[in-house]
Amino acid sequence: MGTFILYKTILASCILMISLLVAMYSTLIERKVAGFFQDRLGPDRAGPWGLFQPLADGIKLFFKEEFMPNTADKFLYILGPSLTMLIALLTSAAIPWGSNLVINGKEYPLQVADINIGILYIFAIVSIGVYGIMIGGWASNNKYALLGAIRASSQMISYELAMSLAIIAVVMMTGSLSLKDIVQQQHGFNWNVWYQPAAFLIFLVCAFAECNRSPFDLPECETELVGGYHTEYSSMKLGFYLFAEYINMFISAAVMATLFFGGYNFPFMDKLALSPNAMATIGFFVLFTKITFLGFVFMWVRWTLPRFRYDQLMRLGWKAMIPLAILNIVITGIVILIR
Amino acid sequence: MSFWEKIYLPAVLNGMRITFSHLFRKKATIRYPETKREFAEIYRGQHVLKRDEEGRERCTACGLCAVACPAEAIIMVADERKPGEENLYREEKYASVYEINMLRCIFCGLCEEACPKEAIFLTKKIVASDYERDGFIYGKDKLLEPLDPEKRIDISKRETKEVLEFKKDKSKKHNQ
Repeated sequence: MGTFILYKTILASCILMISLLVAMYSTLIERKVAGFFQDRLGPDRAGPWGLFQPLADGIKLFFKEEFMPNTADKFLYILGPSLTMLIALLTSAAIPWGSNLVINGKEYPLQVADINIGILYIFAIVSIGVYGIMIGGWASNNKYALLGAIRASSQMISYELAMSLAIIAVVMMTGSLSLKDIVQQQHGFNWNVWYQPAAFLIFLVCAFAECNRSPFDLPECETELVGGYHTEYSSMKLGFYLFAEYINMFISAAVMATLFFGGYNFPFMDKLALSPNAMATIGFFVLFTKITFLGFVFMWVRWTLPRFRYDQLMRLGWKAMIPLAILNIVITGIVILIR
Repeated sequence: MSFWEKIYLPAVLNGMRITFSHLFRKKATIRYPETKREFAEIYRGQHVLKRDEEGRERCTACGLCAVACPAEAIIMVADERKPGEENLYREEKYASVYEINMLRCIFCGLCEEACPKEAIFLTKKIVASDYERDGFIYGKDKLLEPLDPEKRIDISKRETKEVLEFKKDKSKKHNQ
């Protein structure tokens, strides 16, 4: 029991550290990618290739003035960013980061919690995420923040539906809600994306909307709403909001890699005939490569597409994504039935 | 909108293809303190008051540059050359005070076009920034070319063929 707790603690803190580190460096990568897309170089002053830029940004945010509006609800004002950060970090628990490690004849899965309703857990947590933004926007007592929060909540709720419906097709194929089962079924090159491209596309688009990323970044919408829900936030509270966005991006890339791109599986993995530990290590890096690529897609889309108008966003969500997802479920059901 | 336009995807993918091609383009950024942008040979920067081959000031304080200046940035005070100053000033009359207000100057180069004595030229040098407005009024101490032959300022690139020909044109009053 003691080793079990120790191993889970180590694993959980490793995943926490990795998510924070990845989120930190995705801010730099985002700016670099943005620069390269615009024929610039991006930040390159802090350290070689600007590698210390995230540190500089973090230090700056810590030392900024901690400003709170007089009319703000003090408790909720602090709860907002804390909740957003907490929820962003919670989802990583159910993702299988690699196959089992074997130490002293005992198997240690690289997954903090193999819940049999893994996907459901992730969706449940993600849907709480909207509260962080809503509470923050409401507590600021600012019209822009409130408008941003309203937009965020209606957008996230609308796209969650299509997102979950897209996943149902995958779950129907796998017959399990456990993320571990879903990954194991995609052994080798047998990835879900080949069987469910429509579901993947719907999921991807909804993930953009869920993470409040461009082209669906209406909640922050600098041009109309100043800063959206975080208009009144400064210092590390603002940092938490921005940071949580990048963690969310990382986690949703991880979920997509797990659900559609075979997680830690890679082609010809059976022919390698390596020890389980080596396989787990390679699998972990393979998963990370996939996550990096998907994260790049997030940035790629952001720096390509302009922002949607709000009615276009809603029409896309309700009139295109949800019917498509339902159609996808029906077709998947028919194909499964005929087989 | 047609069907393909309505589903956005072809347009989105096309856009993503275009942005992706930009990843490999040559970057326009110049890492400033390490590398500097190359200036044109005929760049119009800070002025210089030229001396002739013997080191005498060429300016005779005729005031044509001040007249030509559209920004009215040039002020000068003329003085008569005293006996014994022949090694300092080329003409009998010289400018004892010659000031250009660099905040007013628009670096159009009309002053050098107007100058009949080849005395004023614009150079590649950039006017330095300053905290005070007074610091931008450049007198002869800053404008005059150094005497040291090593430190002479080359302005041959600004003396284009057209300019030289124009200055030889005796039908123009100020060239006589």
